[in-house]
Amino acid sequence: MADEVASKEGGRLELVGVRRAFGAYNALNGIDLAVEPGEFIALLGPSGCGKSTALNCLAGLLDLTGGEIRLAGKRIDDLQPEARGFGMVFQSYALFPHLTVRKNVGFGLAMQGVTGAEANRRIEQALALVRLQGQEDKLPGQLSGGQQQRVAIARAVVIRPPLVLMDEPLSNLDAKLRLEMRAEIRGIHDQIGATTIYVTHDQDEALSLADRIVVMREGAIRQIGTPQDLYERPSHPDVAEFMGFRTRIPGKIVFLNGDRAVVEAGGTRLEAMPAGPLTAGDRVTVVIRPEDLVAEEGTDGIAATVDSIEYRGRAWFGLATGADGARLYFRADRPLARGHAISLKPVAERTLLFRDAA
Amino acid sequence: MIRDQSLAARLWRFAVWAVVALFVVNLIGVIAAVLVNSFGTRWLGTWLPAAWTTRWYFSAWREFQLTPVLIVTFEIVFTVVVISGLVGVTSAYALARRDFPGKRLVVLAFLLPLLVPPLTYGIPLATLLYRIGLGGTFWGVVAANLVPAVPFVVLVMIPFIEQIDPRVEQAARVFGASTTSLFARILLPLLLPGMLAALLLVLVRTLAMFELTFLTAGPTSQTLVVALYYAVFASGVRAPQSIDAMAVVYMVTTLFWLVIALQFVNPTQIVARAKQRTADA
Amino acid sequence: MAAAAQGVMRRPPLRKRLAARGLDGTTLLVLPGIALMLALFVYPFAYGFVDSITPREGPWFANYHTFFTDPFQYRTIAATLWLALPVTIINVVVAIPIAFRVRLMRRQRLLTTILVLPVTLGTVLVADGLLNFLGPQGWFNRTLMLAGILGAPLKLTNNYWGVFASLVITGFPFAFLLTLSYVTGIDPAVEQAAATLGARARQRFTRIFLPLLLPGLAVTFCLSFVQAFSVFPSAVLLGAPAGSTRVISIAAYQAAFEQYDHSLGAAIAIIMGLVQLVIVLAILGLRPLFYRGPVAGTKG
Repeated sequence: MADEVASKEGGRLELVGVRRAFGAYNALNGIDLAVEPGEFIALLGPSGCGKSTALNCLAGLLDLTGGEIRLAGKRIDDLQPEARGFGMVFQSYALFPHLTVRKNVGFGLAMQGVTGAEANRRIEQALALVRLQGQEDKLPGQLSGGQQQRVAIARAVVIRPPLVLMDEPLSNLDAKLRLEMRAEIRGIHDQIGATTIYVTHDQDEALSLADRIVVMREGAIRQIGTPQDLYERPSHPDVAEFMGFRTRIPGKIVFLNGDRAVVEAGGTRLEAMPAGPLTAGDRVTVVIRPEDLVAEEGTDGIAATVDSIEYRGRAWFGLATGADGARLYFRADRPLARGHAISLKPVAERTLLFRDAA
Repeated sequence: MIRDQSLAARLWRFAVWAVVALFVVNLIGVIAAVLVNSFGTRWLGTWLPAAWTTRWYFSAWREFQLTPVLIVTFEIVFTVVVISGLVGVTSAYALARRDFPGKRLVVLAFLLPLLVPPLTYGIPLATLLYRIGLGGTFWGVVAANLVPAVPFVVLVMIPFIEQIDPRVEQAARVFGASTTSLFARILLPLLLPGMLAALLLVLVRTLAMFELTFLTAGPTSQTLVVALYYAVFASGVRAPQSIDAMAVVYMVTTLFWLVIALQFVNPTQIVARAKQRTADA
Repeated sequence: MAAAAQGVMRRPPLRKRLAARGLDGTTLLVLPGIALMLALFVYPFAYGFVDSITPREGPWFANYHTFFTDPFQYRTIAATLWLALPVTIINVVVAIPIAFRVRLMRRQRLLTTILVLPVTLGTVLVADGLLNFLGPQGWFNRTLMLAGILGAPLKLTNNYWGVFASLVITGFPFAFLLTLSYVTGIDPAVEQAAATLGARARQRFTRIFLPLLLPGLAVTFCLSFVQAFSVFPSAVLLGAPAGSTRVISIAAYQAAFEQYDHSLGAAIAIIMGLVQLVIVLAILGLRPLFYRGPVAGTKG
């Protein structure tokens, strides 16, 4: 079974200085990326960051205005989409509404000239892969959203593409189905072994699915790394924000102490980890996750007043305002009244310092 | 969005745009010919008239008695707009909000007058109107023009009303609105944009409606377009420039309202809005 | 059973029972509209039909007999079809590729606004303009002669071609705008999906777009045809109303309002409606073969 559905060996995918402009607007500002065969890559970023543009450029649905795309050493960016042989799953599924499930899945095979028993066998396998047997003769309009999504995936992988492109495939599903399909998509990837590029704005999805994540902002790549890299060592404040470092306060380096730095911020002195080379006197942004900013008795932390607090199982999480007006997302081990004065202490090894642009 | 840059694809694209350009150039030529002729002194065997003048407009206004014709035209058109607005919107409201036995038949009765060409039903209708003494009168013309106008308003308004959440009306009821204040304060403001679009389109369509008015109008109940037809029909009698001056007057009156209507609707909707629903019926 | 049992117990008041079937005060709002349609559309049609089978003299079918035995009359059907069918086919077939191009245009509005002009202005004005434009000294002939395509001006008015041109000028924008509204209703991602699956432009058109578009094209064809078939003012003004462009509407009009034989006029109008009906039913009869359903994509 695994052999039958396995993808053709794709080879290394390379994007070199890929640019795309719409008139004066640069949607992609020179993207460089190399993807190993069989990798699962997530393009992560807020809407308008260029991630969908990048995917459409890979699919051939958009022309590049600069740079090259190579697959296994061969240039493919001048090929029409129909000549690339990639499988693509669209956000709206884009199933052919007038064709049955069988014919939708078989469409790519028919285009390749694969017909008859061979085509039927592969359609059956693809439908088995997405667990959709018995629905072959229905029209897409008769299926639920989740089933349509499965058809779209089967249609994309049945042609054994070297590269599978997925454009926010789960965004039209409800929360429960989204979690279910997330696990299935990873499972299908592991079975067929095709290189997969997955576009999403949801960091949970990216973290749980991808081998490596590419974080994009304003048409450029901010950081590439494994989920663990990104989660623990974001290299840019934008990436940190995406990874859940919600509190951002300005500060100034007092002195360096081994691999740690002492910083003056929020009206006190804190210890934190520099995310890059720093020297004493540098202006920095201090970023902290809510679970690492702890409300304590005492006065040696960041002085703040509680605005709101809610119980999220095990601990209370809240929002407080610092003396200088900063918004501080914190954790507490007991409920605190609104207006209560607190002292917030960050956990030094998980508090990051980014040097501000001059 | 998928750009095929092969030679065949480029040639095909070029051919398609060439046909569009050819059509638009000819269309503008047809309209411009009327315009140019109406301002020309003498135009025989040359690209443009010998000299320019506005005197044809004065003579056309006099010869074709355009003042009374325009007055009658607008009386007829506005009467049709008001009646079709009242009748059309109430019918559309009932059809959008209620499911009742025989509804499909009712919808069909509103669809058919838009599908059957006016001339086909105009002849028996005109015969009947003459038989009961309305033929050739103001009200005869209004009655005939209501046949396509009311269904048009109904079919434009049904989807418009359907997209207004009925819970808005229920909420108003809950807060104690009477039927009158429900209508005046809630429904009317919500319906206004759709009504404006529908009625402006009815206005333009009635101004340009030739067949029904032609079959039912008498000497004192002719609209501008029918007067224009008679002028072109008897073209030996008057100077062609004078006829074209009248055509320009007709064009300006119609386009004035068309431009206003286009502020509220997409050009595609002028043909498609009402017709597209027939695909589902 | 259950309903009958309830009825035995206690029948709800009539008003409640009617309301349950959708008949209440709001439903009554439809009555003025229905009354108007019955009085001005349904009744005149019925009246016309009865009128047509009560001829001034002879048996009930005398009018129809007259029409189908007099070549001057029955040939109008062929003359009208000979105009309406080619024009409609050309208008619809040309509209398809253009609608596909215009769909991709970012600024469609200027073009659609220009094209809506002839639909709005109507055939009388277009006929007036074409008399000048297509005339022996008109811009059309002058341009062709300047380009060296013609030696002498073509005769394009007061014959078949004048009417043909007027039906293209008013009919093409109509067919185009209607087709455009159907084409833009198709989710562009569906085409992109076909492309990524290896379908070339021609295959995307024949396998995806055409099947999705056929029902809409059938409706467009019917509406365009019905309009062309009832051509009247331009056939009189631009054609040869006593000769090659004596279309059926002229025959009906002359019978009813020039010979004052309203009975014969009604009969011809009914024949005209029947011919339209036959063609429309023939086209719509093909529709069960087409896919019918949403084309805007399959989003749950």
